[in-house]
Amino acid sequence: MIKYTQEIVSGTWSLIVGLAITIKYFFMPVVTLQYPHETLPMTPRYRGHIDLVFDEKLGGTKCIVCGSCQKACPSNCITVAGERPEGAKLKVLTQFTLDFTKCSLCGLCVESCAPGAIDFSKEYNLAGYKNEEFIFDLLKRLEAKKS
Amino acid sequence: MSIHPEVLRLLAFLLGIIGFVAMNAAYLVWLERKEAGHIQRRIGPKEVGPFGLLQPMADGLKLMTKQLIVPEGADAILFKLAPILVMTPAIMSFVTIPYGETLVPRNLDVGLLAVFAFASVNVLGLLLGAWGSRNKYAIISAARVVSQNVAYEIPMLVVVVTLVMITGTLNLQDIVIQQAGGFWHWNVFKLSASPLMPVAFIIFFICMLAETNRAPFDMAEAESELIAGAFTEYPGMGFGVFFMGEYANIVVGTSIATILFLGGWQCPFGLFPGVHWFMIKMYFLIFTVIWIRWTYPRTTFYGLLNLSWKILIPISFFNLILTSAMLKVF
Ligand code: SF4
Ligand code: SF4
Repeated sequence: MIKYTQEIVSGTWSLIVGLAITIKYFFMPVVTLQYPHETLPMTPRYRGHIDLVFDEKLGGTKCIVCGSCQKACPSNCITVAGERPEGAKLKVLTQFTLDFTKCSLCGLCVESCAPGAIDFSKEYNLAGYKNEEFIFDLLKRLEAKKS
Repeated sequence: MSIHPEVLRLLAFLLGIIGFVAMNAAYLVWLERKEAGHIQRRIGPKEVGPFGLLQPMADGLKLMTKQLIVPEGADAILFKLAPILVMTPAIMSFVTIPYGETLVPRNLDVGLLAVFAFASVNVLGLLLGAWGSRNKYAIISAARVVSQNVAYEIPMLVVVVTLVMITGTLNLQDIVIQQAGGFWHWNVFKLSASPLMPVAFIIFFICMLAETNRAPFDMAEAESELIAGAFTEYPGMGFGVFFMGEYANIVVGTSIATILFLGGWQCPFGLFPGVHWFMIKMYFLIFTVIWIRWTYPRTTFYGLLNLSWKILIPISFFNLILTSAMLKVF
């Protein structure tokens, strides 16, 4: 009989404790982020798809069209092309496409690039209906960054 | 030919009740989702309309546009009848509930009895729907609902009998009028009649949760084990009506608790009694019902039956005996 009463009392007490916790939470401010309306700054170590770095001094890309990123990529995502204009010493980048459908974000391309011309972007709002939407023209993105 | 004013009065009440039930069913879902959200420190619905206030309308429209499918092998008549059997008694219970001094559709002398008579049809509706849909989960759910309701009807009615012994009437309006004055006159604090009155209120409240199949006693739905229990096969508005019936039953249950224990439309300080006090008390109880749902996990089926047979029934009977002894002595 004593045990029976004890059980009822302690049980009831634990239920009240539970209710107290939830009501406390009820009045605390919400902690969720209302995503499409609010966003947090992305952490610096986030790996989005790769992107050409815009260099202030050169007013464009640092890429020297050496092609090592293309070679380093295990999935053959990168296509680089360049040409040497008449009289110029260095090649100029004319095409840099990334096939993001195959990219595993391994980062080998970024590591292999000696001038540091490519880096991970912070892009994460990526969704689409077609494969072609994920073949990025990074040179065009760079032009867009310029303006 | 002139229409008798009584007919108009009843028509107005009929419309009022149906509107009240429909609004409550819609907006209690909203309240439930908001409250659940804030308890989990989220916001809850917020996109459809200001504060998500149009969300219930959107949900209702979605349910209404769905095809009503009767599953193969189901008993079509029972299957279609069941949601109505759950909804109708819930609406009919409102007929005798006094919301204010004059705001009562029909002041029956056996009001309390009528409400409990209607409330017991609810189980029948769930049972028939589950049985008629020819689904194993639904049938397990039906078996649970019935045994759960048998178990919880006993302590609930014993508590009510105790209360009727004190009040000496089954008329809900009279019960409210007896509690006039201030909150110390409410039945829940009537310690002179029985020192266990607050306990009786808690027992009543627990039984009401179980009777309306609310968490932590929602064995009829038990999504994690029975998919949706009795509602598994119901599409579109068939499910919607069950859902509305559930919320209507909560409103009835909390209204009865308000009337029997918390003094109905009486003011706690004896000032300005009226329908607003009824609403405040009722919605506070509904808030508590939702609060409880988002605090406790679902009990096991044995835990649920043990609670009733081993704890609630003995205590309620003890209270009954104690009260009758006290009534005899004093
Ligand atoms: S991150 Fe890896 S897979 Fe992606 S483009 Fe660079 S090397 Fe290729
Ligand atoms: S490794 Fe760097 S510099 Fe070489 S082609 Fe790729 S991006 Fe250009």
